[in-house]
Amino acid sequence: MSEQQQDTAVLSVRGLFASVAGQQVVEDVSFTVADTGVTALLGRNGVGKTSTIKALLGIIDRTGEITYRGSSIDKLPTHRVVQRGIGYVPEDREVFGSLTVEENLRLAILGDSGNRETVDRLFPELRQRAKQQAGTLSGGQQQMVALARVLMEQRGLLLVDEPTKGLAPRIVTEVTEALKAVAEKTPVLLVEQNLQVVRDLAHSVIVLSGGRVVHTGDAREFLDSDLVHRYLGVTAGKDDA
Amino acid sequence: MSTILLLLITGVGLGALYFLVASGLSLIYGLMGVLNFAHGSFLTLAGFLGWEVGRRVSDGTWAGLLIGMLVGIATGAIAAAITELVFIRKLYNRHIEQVLVTVGLGLATVALFEGIWGSDPIRIAKPAWLGQTTNILGANIPNDRWLLIGCAALVLGLIVLFLKKTKYGLIIRAGVENRTMVTALGIDVRRAFTIVFAIGGAAAGLGGVLASVYYGQVAAHQGTSLLIYAFIVTVIGGLGSLSGAAIAAVLVAVIQQFANFYLGGTGDLAVVLALAAVLLVKPTGLLGKKTTH
Repeated sequence: MSEQQQDTAVLSVRGLFASVAGQQVVEDVSFTVADTGVTALLGRNGVGKTSTIKALLGIIDRTGEITYRGSSIDKLPTHRVVQRGIGYVPEDREVFGSLTVEENLRLAILGDSGNRETVDRLFPELRQRAKQQAGTLSGGQQQMVALARVLMEQRGLLLVDEPTKGLAPRIVTEVTEALKAVAEKTPVLLVEQNLQVVRDLAHSVIVLSGGRVVHTGDAREFLDSDLVHRYLGVTAGKDDA
Repeated sequence: MSTILLLLITGVGLGALYFLVASGLSLIYGLMGVLNFAHGSFLTLAGFLGWEVGRRVSDGTWAGLLIGMLVGIATGAIAAAITELVFIRKLYNRHIEQVLVTVGLGLATVALFEGIWGSDPIRIAKPAWLGQTTNILGANIPNDRWLLIGCAALVLGLIVLFLKKTKYGLIIRAGVENRTMVTALGIDVRRAFTIVFAIGGAAAGLGGVLASVYYGQVAAHQGTSLLIYAFIVTVIGGLGSLSGAAIAAVLVAVIQQFANFYLGGTGDLAVVLALAAVLLVKPTGLLGKKTTH
């Protein structure tokens, strides 16, 4: 990790280990996330991408150094990490199905009023569905709620885990556009299997294999190289991991 | 007809008592995954302190009972909040230790109550009207059942209002569904834990004073005996579901009353069979859902 990388990094991770039920799922992972644009965290299924995200937030047990905007957050409980400005959009959305859309959004407001204007601009459909139970929404609409929820507060970094998983192609495009708009103002660490989405959004990649970082660098260079086949099992240029 | 009506209304009255104990248990398990075996102690302590204060203010009158109920509510809430802060807070996600601590606390407090108030039940005085009956379509309904039903309905309404209209209510409803995600939104869910314990303790505390009215006595084991039925109600209703607890409380008590009258005092057996049937057909209970802790 160079000094220049450290200077422009919003998040710096060094020697991260994490375990679930006593089993090591992340081993000695080190990387940085730039303070602009989208950085993609890639790897085959089961290599520890989601576990890494959860470890950063303290959702699972972790050790190692995690520095966010110059402050150490590795000893903080999850709610304190999030209060520092790190937003989380989990895999499988995890909206509160028994609550209405409006209640899902209201829950995420930590201060007085929340960032309602941005959410209404990015996801106008949600306003019409404010009174609908989130559990009755389609997968795409639930993903909108999950993204809108995290944007209700001003964030300094977003951790977004597989936002297009299981969505129809048209919805994937919508989600990608929404993320592109979000990333103009807020840096994003994105876990994503759909390499076309990675190509559209990410400027750099961090590649995991066997719970470790095996490659970091420019996103397009990586996607067009043979490394894609070696680490993700797909042919260069074929964007479907 | 009058017998059926009598059994039905007295059943609903007993169900009201079960609900007051079960509502807290259900919310506590739903949000925190804690099976609180010390919940009965909140009820007993509130029953004793409510009676002690009430009789000193005005024994056997409405004023004394009202003061006793307020003392009971406060006692239950404070005892529950202290239990959460001192004993439970360090043991979240350590279920075996939680069971050991709450069972131990339940046993120790019963011994403590016996040491202070003795092991024999103490007869209490209550307002004269509560000892009388009201004739409804030929059935003489004991008046204390109306008080129980009214109080339980009020408690249910207040808890629902709290859950629907307040930010902490929203946090609790979301937390019952997925506690980890609530934390991942930046919310310190531990405050909600203490509030839920206090609400549950307050309801149990009111239940403790009303149980002494219902049985005409206070006793060191009162909470423990009611806790067993409250757990059955909680499981049948669905762990974490307040409306499930309300429905199950009435069902269990009515089944119990009818079986006791028509099937030769087999009320307890009927309740256990009902529990087994629900677990076999719908293991999550009548209105329970799978939760993510």
